[in-house]
Amino acid sequence: MLRSLPLMILSLCCALGGAPVYAAPAGFGDLDAVMGLLATHQHGRVEFIEQQFLSVLKRPIESSGELRYEAPDRLEKRTLKPRTETLVLSGGILTVERAHSRRVTDLHAYPQVLPFVESIRATLAGDRVALERVFHLDFAGSLERWSLVLVPLDSKVKQSITQVRIDGMRDQLQRVEIRQPDGDRSLMTLRPSTLP
Amino acid sequence: MSVRLRMLIIWLVCVAFAAVIVVRAHYITDLSAFLPANPTPAQQLLVDQLRDGPASRLILIAIEQGDAASRARASLALAERLRKDPDFSSVNNGEAAAGQRDREFLFQHRYVLSESVNAQRFTAKGLNAAIKDTIDNLASPAGLLFKSLLPRDPTGELLNIIDELASSPAPQSRDGVWVSSDGSRALAVAQTAASGSDSDAQSRAIDAIRAAFAAAAADAPQGLVRMQLRLSGPAVFAVAARAKIERAAVRLSIASGILVVTLLLLVYRSLTALGLGLLPVATGALVGVAAVALGFGAVHGVTLGFGITLIGESVDYSIYFFIQSRHSAGGGAAGTWQQRWWPTIRLGMLTSVCGFASLLPSGFPGLKQLGLYSISGLIAAALVTRFLLPALLPANFSIRNVTPLGMRVTGLLRRAQGLKGAVLLSCAVALAMLAFALLYFNRTTLWNRELSALSPVSAEEQHYDAKLRADLGAADVRDLVIVSGPDMESILRSAERAGTALQSLVDEKVIGGFESPANYVPSLATQESRRGSLPSAAELRANVKQAVDDLPLRADRLQPFLEDVETTRHAALVTPRDLAGTSLRAGFDALILHQRERWNALLPLRSAEVGGVIDLARVAAALKDGNVEDARVLDLKQESDALYASYLTEAIHYSLAGFLALTILLLIALRSPLRVARVLAPLVLAVLTVAAGLAMAGVQLSILHLVGMLLIVAVGSNYALFFDRQDHAEDPGNESLTLASLLIANASTVIGFGLLSFSQVPVLVALGTTVAPGTFLALLFAAIGHRAGRVHA
Repeated sequence: MLRSLPLMILSLCCALGGAPVYAAPAGFGDLDAVMGLLATHQHGRVEFIEQQFLSVLKRPIESSGELRYEAPDRLEKRTLKPRTETLVLSGGILTVERAHSRRVTDLHAYPQVLPFVESIRATLAGDRVALERVFHLDFAGSLERWSLVLVPLDSKVKQSITQVRIDGMRDQLQRVEIRQPDGDRSLMTLRPSTLP
Repeated sequence: MSVRLRMLIIWLVCVAFAAVIVVRAHYITDLSAFLPANPTPAQQLLVDQLRDGPASRLILIAIEQGDAASRARASLALAERLRKDPDFSSVNNGEAAAGQRDREFLFQHRYVLSESVNAQRFTAKGLNAAIKDTIDNLASPAGLLFKSLLPRDPTGELLNIIDELASSPAPQSRDGVWVSSDGSRALAVAQTAASGSDSDAQSRAIDAIRAAFAAAAADAPQGLVRMQLRLSGPAVFAVAARAKIERAAVRLSIASGILVVTLLLLVYRSLTALGLGLLPVATGALVGVAAVALGFGAVHGVTLGFGITLIGESVDYSIYFFIQSRHSAGGGAAGTWQQRWWPTIRLGMLTSVCGFASLLPSGFPGLKQLGLYSISGLIAAALVTRFLLPALLPANFSIRNVTPLGMRVTGLLRRAQGLKGAVLLSCAVALAMLAFALLYFNRTTLWNRELSALSPVSAEEQHYDAKLRADLGAADVRDLVIVSGPDMESILRSAERAGTALQSLVDEKVIGGFESPANYVPSLATQESRRGSLPSAAELRANVKQAVDDLPLRADRLQPFLEDVETTRHAALVTPRDLAGTSLRAGFDALILHQRERWNALLPLRSAEVGGVIDLARVAAALKDGNVEDARVLDLKQESDALYASYLTEAIHYSLAGFLALTILLLIALRSPLRVARVLAPLVLAVLTVAAGLAMAGVQLSILHLVGMLLIVAVGSNYALFFDRQDHAEDPGNESLTLASLLIANASTVIGFGLLSFSQVPVLVALGTTVAPGTFLALLFAAIGHRAGRVHA
């Protein structure tokens, strides 16, 4: 459980910067510009389709739903298919709600996970310095079309995640791919929400 | 053989006999003295819960001050040390490592623990549905946690079991350990192996926790503020209360002993007299304990602690004897005393016996014992005074002449002589009316009807305990379903049936949820049927092959699953013993209660909304419909309040009956209703005045105040009877001497009980504040009434 937490949180959160753009200053072809753009969002909503490529399974399994973000640190992942499940991360408390159960985990109980929560907050706040405390960052492309590869620095975190790759256009995130050490990976495709 | 020698020999034999019994007696130091002896089955359960139940074995541990990281480290170190101590059956502090052990246990036994396991589930169709479900789960982040388990647990049994168990909210955690909601203290819960009523074992356990904390805190860096350990829980309270009562009883006994001895020395000016004077008390105490040991088989600590104060009256006997027999010095002294004074003392002793007899039918073993102790002790003391003291009196025995003291008091009282009888009577009636009115206006709050009235636990400590419980999610359970049976297996089966009935109530939202021991360890019958439903390896292999046909899963990936099922088919079933080493053990133990031949499973109910009220009638009806035999629905709060309230009412009734018996005794002895009225009036007035005084001071009366009132009547009746004798005896003797002896006797009583008022223990304070002023008032009222009455007559 402990090992999977960073993965869970990351899969919950990575995509959340990708809300529609309202005002996007142009011209900076680097990471700082992207970070600056991300930081302008106080809240956001985006639909996702997630594919899990698991070695135990012959073909990928798919789930879909919606992601929401409220400044400064409330993140919500509502999976609608194949079954409803809501994950909320708020102030270091992770709540998982399923059909008949509701589980609350205080991430403060897991000190090794806390930097992760902080890194998500940092990403959403456009705080590059904080992000670099947890990941090695590799930025490629331009502001119009960029890709960011995050590699965890902490060896414990590396046991559950080898790398995260985020592709985006300006301040819109389009794809988030998370790779795990056992070769399994998940691919999340995002688009602006059309849900009510 | 001289009379003197004969008396001495009889006394020695009696004392030796009593001493042997006392030495061989069994002594109990738990709090059961104040728990009912013959309760209803529901009450019995409640009492057993309080005394031996799992709740009584919980020690709540809080680490305060210092900084959060040090507290967490101390909590981990403390728990690690205590887990190695066989005196603790479990120690929980929220550590993830402990959760790991739990999951391993559940995973290993998943095919006999999971409710979903039946023959249908392992057919090709059942497997297909279950595996599909699990794969769907994998798509969600929460289900992803179980990804690595898929090859071994494709039907998702572990998740099923955890869902069943995870009904109660877990406490908050920080830095890997439980903390209070405001994060200011680290929390842990230890459960002792010994029962809660074993105060010695509890005391050792508490010391072990303190030692473990001291060691853990010593390793911590010395910050600005040192960490503090604070413990709470029933056992902690019981141990502290015992120590407090013991300390107070010893200290106060010594202090009052010194004061009374000093007083007697001042009065007697004779060591011989002092020595002889203490003989009746000592004999009474010894005989009292022996009688209790014979009558009850075991002696409560509380009996030893209070008994001696209750028979303080016996000091008075020797005071009366020495002072009253003194005035006719010489060989005839004792003989004259026996004829002239003994009948009055005997009557006084018998009235006291009537009073204390009202304790005998009480439901509290502690009060019963105090009753028997006082009765036998007083009789023994009176007999020693009557037969042994005269025989032992040396020929040249003399004590200081206290006539001058008596004369002075007589002079003071002479002022009362001026009062007309009518005036006095109206004064008395007015005082009585005033007291009565006061009591009447306070009638709703007059008696404290909660068991906590006897509790030596301060309000602050109770509040702190409640706070810790709220943080730990271990709030006191209010509503319970209890199923009983002759053994563990039968109650687990009943609990399973009750669980089915209760689940339907959960679905209808009548209750919010419930816990059951069968969720931790199902009955052997259920496990047997689950194990029996597991197909053979060949059959399962074929079914799996067919099941995964339309699923994105290759059958050969499920080899570990086939192996695990096969292992379970030949493995032993789970027994409660297998829970050892997991935190599930404490959860299970908390729901099982073993009483002599009965086993009980407790199924605590949660209301549908927080703080909501459960419709217990519907719960009972659902259980009846579900054919759950031997199931009872219990509202613990109501039950425990009713319990103490019924005791108090019972004790009040018995006291009134004792008073009635005493009145009848006096009527027979004095043969005049008027004389009886004049003997009783000062006593009643004293009791009313004291009760009104306590009510005015905002004190709520408890059962111990009632005992105190009995004592006022018991001791005061001696005073009143002496005055009565003065008025009606043919040879009343020296009035000043009588008065002096009463005054000295009263002074010793007021000293003894007055000291109790200064103790920190509520029960002792209750006795002291009632008896000390009460006996003094009884003497005062009796004396005034006597003087005024004589003039009037």
